[in-house]
Amino acid sequence: MNESMSKVGARPVEQPAFLQRQSFIEMNARERARSFFDPGTERELVGPFDRVESPWLALQDVTPQSDDGCIVMKGKIGGEAAVVIALEGAFQGGSMGEVSGAKLTAALDLACADNENGIKTYAILQLETGGVRLQEANLGLAVIAEIIGSLLALREHAPVVCVTAGSVGCFGGMSLVAGLASYLMMTREGRLGMNGPEVIEQEAGIEEFNSKNRALIWGIHGGKQRYETGLVDALVDDNVGQVVDAVREFLRRGVPSVHRSAQIDLLQRRIAMLDPSHQWEPAELREFWTRQEVL
Amino acid sequence: MSEPARERGRAWFRALTGRSTPMRGDPASVLTADVPLGEDQARFLCVVSDPNGRFPRARHGEVGLEEGYTLASRVREVVEADKNGHKRPIIPLVDVRSQAYGRREEIAAIYLVAAAAADAYGTARLAGHPVIALIVGHAISGGFLAHGYQANRILAFDDPGVVIHAMHKEAAARVTRRSVESLEALGKSILPLSYDIHDYAKLGLLHKLLHIEHPDAPHPTEIERVRHELIAATAEARRGPRDLSNRLQSHEAQTSRAATILVRRKLEEQWKAD
Repeated sequence: MNESMSKVGARPVEQPAFLQRQSFIEMNARERARSFFDPGTERELVGPFDRVESPWLALQDVTPQSDDGCIVMKGKIGGEAAVVIALEGAFQGGSMGEVSGAKLTAALDLACADNENGIKTYAILQLETGGVRLQEANLGLAVIAEIIGSLLALREHAPVVCVTAGSVGCFGGMSLVAGLASYLMMTREGRLGMNGPEVIEQEAGIEEFNSKNRALIWGIHGGKQRYETGLVDALVDDNVGQVVDAVREFLRRGVPSVHRSAQIDLLQRRIAMLDPSHQWEPAELREFWTRQEVL
Repeated sequence: MSEPARERGRAWFRALTGRSTPMRGDPASVLTADVPLGEDQARFLCVVSDPNGRFPRARHGEVGLEEGYTLASRVREVVEADKNGHKRPIIPLVDVRSQAYGRREEIAAIYLVAAAAADAYGTARLAGHPVIALIVGHAISGGFLAHGYQANRILAFDDPGVVIHAMHKEAAARVTRRSVESLEALGKSILPLSYDIHDYAKLGLLHKLLHIEHPDAPHPTEIERVRHELIAATAEARRGPRDLSNRLQSHEAQTSRAATILVRRKLEEQWKAD
């Protein structure tokens, strides 16, 4: 609002906080990626005008997209070099195909090489994905293995922060990628798991998992449960400012001394204490897997 | 579902290591053994079925909670022991149907356990251990990501019983609402969808296909041949890069993964255009 307007306006209208906040979830992947950077420093790499599309989708009568649902942006965060890779959940459920996977892997590899050459470069992953793109099955699985390999090499040099905000969540093979990040952030609207409810119901039957039971789904995969059981480093509101501030705070912390996925003794202890004779309610798990024990 | 007696993973683990029991303290579903391989002492690991396993959804050879952390811990043990010395080969023997699909597994963060196993194998490779995966049966989905897909070199039997895929055929048919037959037909024209090991080989991800006459009942001469192939792959892994870049350098990858190669070239050019 410019000065003359504020003079004209009789009284400033007080907006409630929920109207002032800008939703992160309502933005698309490109807008989300941009929001992390120092304003004006970012540029998109291999963007839509490069027109690198999936070579496999058209063969199956699926319309490809000229960014393959994967946005790579490079720029500065807090004055330091950074790359953001954001998956677009609205295109094929954010699924990983040959091209989207190659963009992600190549970005991590280039960040790793820069770090090795003394150019500190952060990486941020914004994962909204169902995992492997079924139309590119074996290549989808192969690229996820390659993403894992590249992430492991990079996180030795620089922190890799992963954000899963919703509405797609992070599932399938890509849930391993979230598990390997240096820091993991979620919103209450985010979900994280290896097998989605429908897949489990299909594989194991409705008595194992009723995929229509929304409360159960949120109780198991939801960001709040993951945070309260010590699996996630921060639970943030659906608010751009909060998401960005939290990411920047994790970048400042640097590489953790031991990554969560390397804490084998903790994992072993946590699994050993479970009683597999019955299904656990989410609240029950929160009693024996507490946030305190992992801090 | 294959019966334990016909499990290829178990049969080849026994053939190559002479052992068939888990290490002390481990669940019965993860077999680990240290045995001579050429000049080296190699660590072999294999996930097998265990009808009495603690978790009901991981009793048929899936990678579940116990399997994941046991693999991670047995791989990390070697990385730690060899930290300042000669890096011994690590051989994931692969015959995994999938990850475990269950409610207990989801609530107890199986994604993190699978990540821990992949982390351990990848960390071993980056530290200089030759990691050589030998696929003797199934290598499917998250089970393969956790156990085998981080290897420097992947060897597989050239046999119809070997299936490497993102999803097993019956589930893929249900999800895509196709019949198994039409799924197979689609795989004939679209390479990454195929369940045929020869089509998989065209993706350029395999180091070598090994033709084995008796994949279900290892013969002494074939065991010896497989051992020689593992020794040769170990030597090649030691000469090669520690990352997975070799998967894109194969002759096959030049055509089947042309899009990957194009993306990498363009991204690098634009990255450096600052």
